[in-house]
Amino acid sequence: MAKRSIIFICLLIMSLVVSACSGKEEKKPSKTQEDIREISVRINSDPDFLDPHKAKASLTFRVMLNVFEGLFNPLPDGSIEPAIAETYEVSDDGLVYTFKIRNGVQFHNGNAVAANDVKYSFERIMGTKTGEPLSSDFNVIQAIETPDDKTVVMKLKQPDSSFLYRLTANQSAIIPESNDADQNTKPIGTGPFQFVEYNPENNLIIEKNKDYWKKGKPYLDKVKFVFQTDNQSALLSLQGGQVDITDVPAHKISELEKDFSIIKQDNNSVFLLGFNHDKKPFSDVRVRQAINYAINKDEIIEATFSGLATKLGSNMSPAMGSFYKEGLDNHYKPDVDKAKKLLAEAGYPDGFSTTLTVSSHNEIYSNAAQVAVEQLKKVGITAEIKVIEWAKWLEDVYGKKDYDMTLIDFTGKLDPFKVLGRYVSDNKGSNLVNFNNPEYDKLMADVIAEKDEAKQIDLYKQAQEILTEEAAAVFIADFQTPWALNPKLEGFKTYPIFYMDMSEIRPKK
Amino acid sequence: MTYIIRRFILLFVTLIFISVITFLVFQILPGDPVRTILGPEAEEVQVETLRRQMGLDKPAHVQYLNLVQGFFQGDMGDSIRFSRPVTSLIMERLPITISLAMFSLIIVIFVAIPLGIFTARRENKWSDFLLSSFTQLGMAIPTFFVGMMLILFIGMTFSFFSTGGYVPWSESVAGAIGSLALPALTIALPQIAISFRYARNAILEQSKLDYVRTARGKGLTEAVVVYKHVLKNSMIPVLTVFGLILAEVIAGTIVVEQVFSLPGIGRLLITAVSYRDFPVVQGIVLYIAFVVVLINFIVDILYTVLDPRIRLKE
Repeated sequence: MAKRSIIFICLLIMSLVVSACSGKEEKKPSKTQEDIREISVRINSDPDFLDPHKAKASLTFRVMLNVFEGLFNPLPDGSIEPAIAETYEVSDDGLVYTFKIRNGVQFHNGNAVAANDVKYSFERIMGTKTGEPLSSDFNVIQAIETPDDKTVVMKLKQPDSSFLYRLTANQSAIIPESNDADQNTKPIGTGPFQFVEYNPENNLIIEKNKDYWKKGKPYLDKVKFVFQTDNQSALLSLQGGQVDITDVPAHKISELEKDFSIIKQDNNSVFLLGFNHDKKPFSDVRVRQAINYAINKDEIIEATFSGLATKLGSNMSPAMGSFYKEGLDNHYKPDVDKAKKLLAEAGYPDGFSTTLTVSSHNEIYSNAAQVAVEQLKKVGITAEIKVIEWAKWLEDVYGKKDYDMTLIDFTGKLDPFKVLGRYVSDNKGSNLVNFNNPEYDKLMADVIAEKDEAKQIDLYKQAQEILTEEAAAVFIADFQTPWALNPKLEGFKTYPIFYMDMSEIRPKK
Repeated sequence: MTYIIRRFILLFVTLIFISVITFLVFQILPGDPVRTILGPEAEEVQVETLRRQMGLDKPAHVQYLNLVQGFFQGDMGDSIRFSRPVTSLIMERLPITISLAMFSLIIVIFVAIPLGIFTARRENKWSDFLLSSFTQLGMAIPTFFVGMMLILFIGMTFSFFSTGGYVPWSESVAGAIGSLALPALTIALPQIAISFRYARNAILEQSKLDYVRTARGKGLTEAVVVYKHVLKNSMIPVLTVFGLILAEVIAGTIVVEQVFSLPGIGRLLITAVSYRDFPVVQGIVLYIAFVVVLINFIVDILYTVLDPRIRLKE
């Protein structure tokens, strides 16, 4: 008897729990209504800083470019258009830039944008008043003047052909001085959306800026960016309807294609195998070239990105349009014999041993590393893979340049100078491979002084050729990001930078 | 009274000890918070400026002493990564972690004790044997694996159970239960395995004592013997185990929050470590230590309630 009753009680409790759980089957209101004006977008991880002048992570700008604008805004083709500046003039000597501020542009706090807001924003980045610069991007500016409320005059120390490219919100968002201290907690900008709240590791919510200067935009009322690191759970959220837009792993596309719109975006990034030129044997160009011949990029692309990537030959992606030098991607065709011959010439007939240090924060690095190591083995190079934490990678490899070989991807910029400037020899911070080539340095100095765009393009192309011929690194690929989109939405625009333009997204008619 | 004072001093010493260890461990870890937060696009001048603005350019021990000084004023400092007070970051996540821990504990209690009674009374029968084997299995399988299996087989089949993410209680009670049920079960399973054996053995041990025979002898029903006499007496060793289990449950939330992407304290701790966000790590570690010490304290008090013969003295 008693036994039975105990079992009975157990069962009762369990069934109660289960029924209590399954009783109310009402989930969150699913988006069945025709008009979706509030959407959720999945982002892989949290922003670094909400303050646009402090932020550097590309994921931050993917979100926050909806909140901030610069004097110029980026366009999907990689060019820029006047935004807060309505018109601009450059003096003949290329030293004086005069910007007229657009009427009707106001900050999210309701104040109209005035010339001194622009001056304040630039001086904040340059640390003019505080002595604490947040970037060296504007070291070229000698003085900023505001002759009237609508005019900003910037005087440069020397001509700078890539100056205008630095005037988007990526590098110089225009923000109001009144919000100086709170910019990192309650950011205020002029963009199509205004910031509502940020819950670390959970979500960031923005809502429509009703007074946005581009009339009729944005279409959406509210966008909730949810931070989900795990791809698998992001996919489940997409399928469960909790998320409307997310990037998806390439091998999942075929599975998702029938229920979602798939958009493939060229990232304009450069995924590369870098080696430390300051260390032997990588200081020898023949060794670097040998490694270039040893690596089969197509295999890495297939294994790492499921084939969804564009092969590269230099530190630039075709997404950069006219600046891109074509034909370099096949400069080094995989050729084991040639690689061995070059190694022998360099004094390593039997190859050598080295380490390939990669970060653990994204599996693409270790995946690519495994393929690369097998390929290197064929020419006699024994590379040991060392997987380290991202923080350690940033400190040891990127900061101290204490490594032999590594794999990393550099995210895209609008400005070709910023993309190629990494390899200038005195760029100690970001010149990861310690590339040192006087001819290259001269080209980059010339291009900055060059006013004619056709000539700039020519110089940039020459610079790319040098990187290829000198085998600065093994430039592997620009990988694409596949996006899955709720089929009820349209207007998703892709940019050659990390920017998810929410202002164009709208419910399908 | 002196017991309580002694306990408090012990708590204080424990926390200081833990804080120093956390600090020393952080000194060994390579990596700089500002660099890690900004990633490879960072410029040198910016890294320097931000380090200065956040006070990270000062020697490590000075930063640490400032932090400790803040503690005594009730301020746990600001997160380096999120530039907001550590206390508020922890408080925001506390409901999730506490709900999860409580939920698992309830599952453990409601399954393990009845199961213990059930098997104790069928000692050496096949059901006892079968359940004991399951227990071994339950203890051997790592939580993250159990979690993923639950996601695959239950989460994907029944839409009620969420496979990741959290629905606040205020938004939907059913949603909250749905989002916590599987992670709670994941944490509970190995603990059920441990505690049910304890309960079983404790009950068995008690059942063989003289007073049980007397109780039976004077004609009490089996139910009264089991529930009134045996169960109450066997709860003291079980309670000790539950004190330990609650600590295990809290540790379990750290792993399980990763698997189910629940934005609780455990996940905050993991990311704080990878971003070298020392104030946050320090805050959470101290907080968890405090809770564990507190639980043991409460368990001690409960002993005296269950068995008035026990006096608290050391």
